[in-house]
Amino acid sequence: MIAAGKIIAVTAGPESSPAYHAAELAARQSYGRLIAFLAARTGDVALAEDALADAFARALVDWPVHGLPDNPQAWLLTVARRRMVDAYRHQRIGEGVAQELAWLFDEADAGADAACTIPDERLRLMFACAHPALDVAVRAPLILQTTLGLDAATIASAFLVAPSTMSQRLVRAKAKIREARIPFRVPGRDELHERLDTVLEAIYAAFAEGWADPAGTEARQHNLAEEGLWLGRVLASLLPDQAEALGLLALMLHAHARRAARRDVQGDYVPLSAQNPAHWDGAMIDEAEALLRQASRLGEVGRFQLEAAVQSAHAARREGGNTDWAAIEQLYAALEALTGSPVVAINRAIAAAHAHGAAAGLAVLAGLEGEARLADYQPYWAARADLLTQSGDFSGAAAAYERAIGLERDPAVRRFLQQRLAGALTG
Amino acid sequence: MQYLLMIYGNEASGKAATPTDMQQVIAAYGAYSQALVAAGVMVSGQRLQPSSAATTVRITNGKTAVLNGPYADTREQLGGYYLIEAADLDAAISWAARCPGAAHGTMEVRPVWAM
Repeated sequence: MIAAGKIIAVTAGPESSPAYHAAELAARQSYGRLIAFLAARTGDVALAEDALADAFARALVDWPVHGLPDNPQAWLLTVARRRMVDAYRHQRIGEGVAQELAWLFDEADAGADAACTIPDERLRLMFACAHPALDVAVRAPLILQTTLGLDAATIASAFLVAPSTMSQRLVRAKAKIREARIPFRVPGRDELHERLDTVLEAIYAAFAEGWADPAGTEARQHNLAEEGLWLGRVLASLLPDQAEALGLLALMLHAHARRAARRDVQGDYVPLSAQNPAHWDGAMIDEAEALLRQASRLGEVGRFQLEAAVQSAHAARREGGNTDWAAIEQLYAALEALTGSPVVAINRAIAAAHAHGAAAGLAVLAGLEGEARLADYQPYWAARADLLTQSGDFSGAAAAYERAIGLERDPAVRRFLQQRLAGALTG
Repeated sequence: MQYLLMIYGNEASGKAATPTDMQQVIAAYGAYSQALVAAGVMVSGQRLQPSSAATTVRITNGKTAVLNGPYADTREQLGGYYLIEAADLDAAISWAARCPGAAHGTMEVRPVWAM
């Protein structure tokens, strides 16, 4: 799943050995922490990655012979930082810098030994990766790579980019962080909002990429959703007074809670309105609801909280309640005012149709006609087709279904749309 | 670490400015330069003559080619620069944002190659 694991798989023997498992566990639990610690001190992400990969490789040679160290994280850190100091000594700058670096690390080690843990600087790392001076397309991939250790090929497949392109982007971004000295720092209050948005969007992008594969046939994508959720948890725990950080986690938990319900036993697509709430993950929904309440107490409404609130309204069906479509329509209206997004408007149209009838929904969609971005956007055509069917315009509905089917990439959703088209044609 | 803040602007609009506008701009740059000095970050800074005064020089096959005009003939031209000392990119960006050039043109922030 993670790059450190891949490195281990390449360099080590049987995957069943205890040393392999110990190393993989240490990798999974501490990869991001170790990279953050190493990179924040040097400003050099690529060097930190190389050093840590080397440390994992050595762990697999050393641990089976000498047994597991008491503190695997500290062991890995010590080896990695020595490797970094060596690299500086040999290739980069002078002896003075290497000495200074060694001293810096020693001081940090003393602190780390006392607490038996490495200071958590992942948040600073995420903010460096989300810096506005970096290409916007590389920020989410960079956060995923540095905090989770995902390799470029995995990230590339999730973002539908050629692996060589993604690899190049990541290399360039790391070089820019080093050369322009992008700081590893949580921005001050005045900048935090704007920068936090980038971090939140990056995490959500990762999650959404993974969630877009409901069949779970793509293991890599499936993992991306899990990793996005995990990063969301890290962020919410580190910034508990940021309402949107809590809102994002609530949104992801709500969506993730319905994962299993999105497919029936045949693997066919089940729309939200037809899902059996018994198939939802109740504990996850409870957690999401608690987070949303906590966020609302902070009194700062934002995009992710509103989206989570929509999910929360859908989740009410779990207790046998009806979906409050009028409330959902209002939430989407607030979201639309905030984002100006035509995609939000489509959702508002669907909610309006549920609350006031198909004509109300079609009136909202009518306001979107001529929006160029929607020409190849499947949900717009599917929503339009559904509302036209409800209003009895079957030929209009059929044309819209055809368009939606032609734009869909998920076979299960395509089958679902084809069934709806057949239904519309028979009136 | 040193950063070069390059001020790019439209020369035509500069020429069209009234004397009062011009005075204001000059005063703003004066105040900005003083702020850089007072903060101890100023290394150097200069205003440049317009690109019509520029000459490009290049040696090809042993021959020196001298051409009239700037390297790139674009609407926005380099009009001046500041070389500053800053802890990191964020500090450099915040100085670039305060430069009057950020309001009437575009600032490019480039780290200086550390030897």
